[in-house]
Amino acid sequence: MGTAYTPGLTVSPGTTIRKTRRLPLKGQVTVNIGDHVTADTVVARTEIPGVIQTVRVAEILGLEPAEAISALKVQQGDKVESGQLLAETRSFFGLIRTECKSPIAGTVELISNTTGHVGIRLPSTPVEVTAYIDGTVADIISEEGVVVETYGALVQGIFGVGGERTGTLVVPAESADTQITEEHIKNDHAGAVIVGGTGITLGALRKAASIGAQGVVVGAITDTDLIAYLGHDIGVAITGQEDIPTTLILTEGFGSIRMAQRTFDLLKSLEGRKVSINGATQIRAGVIRPEVIAPLEKIPDTAAKPSKGQLLEVGSNIRIIREPYFGMLGTVTKLPPEPVEIESGAVVRILEAELLDGTVVRVPRANVEIIEG
Amino acid sequence: MSELRSILATDCGSTTTKAILIEKQGGEYRLVVRGEAPTTVEAPFDDVTVGVVNAVREVEELAGKKILDSDGKIMTPLRADGSGVDAYLSTSSAGGGLQMTVAGVVKTMSAESAERAALGAGAIIIDVIAVDDGRKDFEKVKRIRELRPDMILISGGTDGGTVKHLVEIAEMIVSADPKPRLGGNMPLPVIYAGNKDARDAVREILGDRVDLRIVDNLRPSLDRENLDPAREAIHELFLQHVMQQAPGYSKLSSWVSSGIMSTPNAVGKMVQTVAQEKGINVLAVDIGGATTDVFSVFNGVYNRTVSANLGMSYSICNVLAEAGTANIRRWAPFEVDEASVRNSLRNKMVRPTTIPQTMRDLRIEQAVAREALRLAFEHHKTLARSLKGVQTVRTIGEILDQKETGETLVDMMALDMIVGSGGVLSHAPRRAEAAYMMLDAYQPEGVTLLAVDSIFMMPQLGVLSTVHPQAAAQVFERDCLIKLGSTVAPVGRMKPGEVACTVTIDNETHAVRFGEIKVVPLAVGETREAIIKPAGRLDVGAGRGRELKTRVEGGVVGVIIDCRGRPLVLPEDNQTRIEKLREWHTALGLASE
Repeated sequence: MGTAYTPGLTVSPGTTIRKTRRLPLKGQVTVNIGDHVTADTVVARTEIPGVIQTVRVAEILGLEPAEAISALKVQQGDKVESGQLLAETRSFFGLIRTECKSPIAGTVELISNTTGHVGIRLPSTPVEVTAYIDGTVADIISEEGVVVETYGALVQGIFGVGGERTGTLVVPAESADTQITEEHIKNDHAGAVIVGGTGITLGALRKAASIGAQGVVVGAITDTDLIAYLGHDIGVAITGQEDIPTTLILTEGFGSIRMAQRTFDLLKSLEGRKVSINGATQIRAGVIRPEVIAPLEKIPDTAAKPSKGQLLEVGSNIRIIREPYFGMLGTVTKLPPEPVEIESGAVVRILEAELLDGTVVRVPRANVEIIEG
Repeated sequence: MSELRSILATDCGSTTTKAILIEKQGGEYRLVVRGEAPTTVEAPFDDVTVGVVNAVREVEELAGKKILDSDGKIMTPLRADGSGVDAYLSTSSAGGGLQMTVAGVVKTMSAESAERAALGAGAIIIDVIAVDDGRKDFEKVKRIRELRPDMILISGGTDGGTVKHLVEIAEMIVSADPKPRLGGNMPLPVIYAGNKDARDAVREILGDRVDLRIVDNLRPSLDRENLDPAREAIHELFLQHVMQQAPGYSKLSSWVSSGIMSTPNAVGKMVQTVAQEKGINVLAVDIGGATTDVFSVFNGVYNRTVSANLGMSYSICNVLAEAGTANIRRWAPFEVDEASVRNSLRNKMVRPTTIPQTMRDLRIEQAVAREALRLAFEHHKTLARSLKGVQTVRTIGEILDQKETGETLVDMMALDMIVGSGGVLSHAPRRAEAAYMMLDAYQPEGVTLLAVDSIFMMPQLGVLSTVHPQAAAQVFERDCLIKLGSTVAPVGRMKPGEVACTVTIDNETHAVRFGEIKVVPLAVGETREAIIKPAGRLDVGAGRGRELKTRVEGGVVGVIIDCRGRPLVLPEDNQTRIEKLREWHTALGLASE
C-alpha cells in the first residue's frame, strides 16, 4: 500500500482554520452567517431531556402492582416536586397511613400496571456550544451548529489531555530544550497558556494548575508524571474529557524530547497573543490531534508557503519517530522501491536519510513523519 | 453450489479491504491471488464499494483476468472467455462493526447467556445491563443513551418464570429512548429473547417505539441455553439495519451472492467448520491494533469473546495498564528499565503505524503481545463456561475434583489446535517467534498443533463455508493455514535439570530436561507416530507418568518439546530469568537481542 509513512502534524504560521461547532442534539443556532464571534460567544444551544427515575411505588407501599396504581395521586403528564405525594394507602381502619413521595422534581411519564412503578423524567439540561475561536461565522448547519472560520497560526500536537480553553500565550522557556520547572511558573501566569521546550516536571505542572494556568504546551512528558497529574492511567488514546484544571499538549511524544525548533520558534513569535487550545486526541477512526490556534488580525501580505502535501520524496524533511533514531531530524536521500530486511528481521520498504549531523541512516518508511508547514 | 469454479470474496475491515480469488484447479479449490486497498466508508468517499472495487482491480491485475464490468460491477457468473466469477461473497467489520448492548435479569445467568449469543453472532458488546448489576436505574438509562448501540438484546427469566423484571428492562429502554448509532431516524432494533410469558407485556411497552423482534427464549430453563434463534435474529437485523445504514452497503448487498456477514461471525463459522470437519477442539485468536478476538470450540460448543481494548497499537497502553509493566518486562531477554518501556509504548500508542526496527524493540513488542494474548484468553475462559445456576447431580468423583457449575469449558489438555492471526503473529519476522509467543501466552498442555493464518483469510473462508463448506475447508488447509508444528508440553513441575520427558519419533529418542525446550525438525505435511514418556510427576494427557502414543505433525518450525512445566513459572531472580529466556530463544533458533 502506498501510505507507508505517518503524515506530519501541521505547524503553520498562517492558514485558514475552520471549526465545526455542533450540538449533541438538534437545537437552536443563535448567530448568523457573517457574524463576528469571540471564543466565548454562544453559537448554538439546546436542551437535553432528563433521564427517567423509576419510583417503585408498589414495593414502597407493600402492594400488588394493580393496587399501587389505584393508590396513585398523580397522572401521566403531571409535573411533580421533590417530596410531593405520589401515592398513599391507609390500613388498620384508616389509622395507619403509608406514603410514597417523589424523590425528585420532574414530570410523570410512565405508569406501569405490570410492575406498579412510576417513571419521573428529570427536567431538561441546557447545553450551549461556544465559538471556541475568535473568527467569523462562515456557515450554518441548520438546527445543529455553525462553522467558524478564522485566519491564524496553527500548531498541532501529537497528544493532549484536557478540553477547550483560551488564554494568553507566554513562553517562560529559554529555548526548545528547556525543561520547565517550578521556578519558571509565576503567579501572573494565571489564565495563560504556558509554552515550554523539552518537557515539564510534575511539580511545575501541578504548580501551573494550582495558579490557574489554562494550558501547558511542551515537547514531551514522562509517562508516570502524566498519570500522576491525571490521577489515573490512560489505556486508549481517546482524550479531551479529563476533569483537570489545565490542558496539556505534547508536540513530540513521551519521555524527554526536545520540541521541534520550528514549533518552538512559531510559538515564541505568538507570545502575548490570545490562543485557543484543545487537548482532545483520538488516534483511532477519524484522527483528532490536539491544537493551539492563534487568530491573527489580518492576512499578511506574504501568504504561508503552500504545503508540500503528504508526499514522501527525495529531499523531504523528516523526523524519525521510532527507536533507534527517535526524534532525530533529517532529509530523505534515497527511496529504494524494493523491500529490504531490517535489523529486526522484517522485510519492509525503507528510506535512506541524512541526519543533521551528516550521518546517513536507513529506516522503515513507517517510522518517519514528514515535517510540513 | 458444487458447480462453482471461480469465487471472489472480500473482507471490508475498518482500515483495509482485502479481496481473494479462489478457483477450482484439478478438482481442488485453491487461492489464486489476493489484493487489498484502503477501506472507504469515511469521508471523502463514504462508499464501501469504492474500496472493494480498488481491491478487486488489484486482484484483476495479479490474476490477469477481468472481473469487473465497464460500470465497475462484479460480473457473475463466470463467462465463457474466463472473465467474471461464479460467486461473490463479502464480510465486513467497517464502520466500527456491530455494536450491541445486552440486557438480562441476572448478571451471571441470563445476561451472560445474552452476552454469549451476541458475541457469537459477531457483535462488539458495549454494555451488559442486568437488573442485579449494582447500578441505579437512571445510571443504566444514561449509559444506554450515551453509548447509542446499533441493537439491543433483551433476555431473562426462564419460560414460565418472572415477568416483572423483563417489564422493568423494557421500561428502562423506553426511558432511555435510544437512537441507533447509524441512521438517526430509524427505530432502534431490539431483540427480545426472554421468558415467553412476558412477550405481550414487553410488546405493549416497546411495540411502536422500537423495531421489536421476538424470538425464542435463549435460556428457556436454567440448564439449557438456546442461542441460535437470537443469533440468527442479530444477523438478520445486522443485514437489514446496520448494513443498510453504513455508507455504500445497500449497493454492496446487491452485488453479493449471499448475505454480507460480520467479520467475526464469519471467522467463527470457519473455526466451527474446522472443528466439526476434523472432530477436534480448536482455539483461534485474532490480535489486532485495537482489539483481540478469541474463538474456541470445545466438544462442539462454540464461544467467541472480544477484548475490545487489548491490541498492539491503538490499545497498547491498555495492555500496559491491565498487565502492568512488570508482567511485560518479565518476557524481555535483557535488562530493560520500567520508564523506557512505558514511554516507548506510549509513543507507539500515539504513532500506531510505526514498526520495530531493532531486535530489542521487536522483543519488547512481542512481550506486550504475550500479555495481550494472555489477558484476552483469561477473559475468554471466564465467559466460555458451562451454565451457572444449574442444579446437577454430582458423582463422588466430581465432588472430589471440586467441579462446579459455571466452570470454564476451556480444557488445555483436550485442545488439539491453536490458530493465531493478526499482524504480530502472522507477520512476525520469523515463524518460530509466533510459536514462542503462543506457547508463553496460552501454555498449551499435552500435544497441540500450532498454526498461523498467513494473511488473515479466515473471514472470507468463513462466509464461503456457508455456501460451499468443501471449498472453504480445502483453501483453509492448503493456503490459509501455515502449520508451525505440534508442541509437546508435559503438565506439572519437577526439579530443573532432570529429564522431564522422552519423545521417540522415527526410532530416535529425544530426552528433554525440565526447564528446557527442544525442537525436533519435521517438515510441513509430515506426520509421525510419537511415543511420549513423561517423568513420574508429569502428565502429557495419559495421566501422571503414563506413556502416550499419539501422532505429531510437522510444520515450518518443527515439533516443539516444551518441558518448562505447566504452569510455566519464570525464575524470580532477574539474572537467572534472563539467562533462561536467552536459552529458550536459542533453542527455538532465535536471537535474544
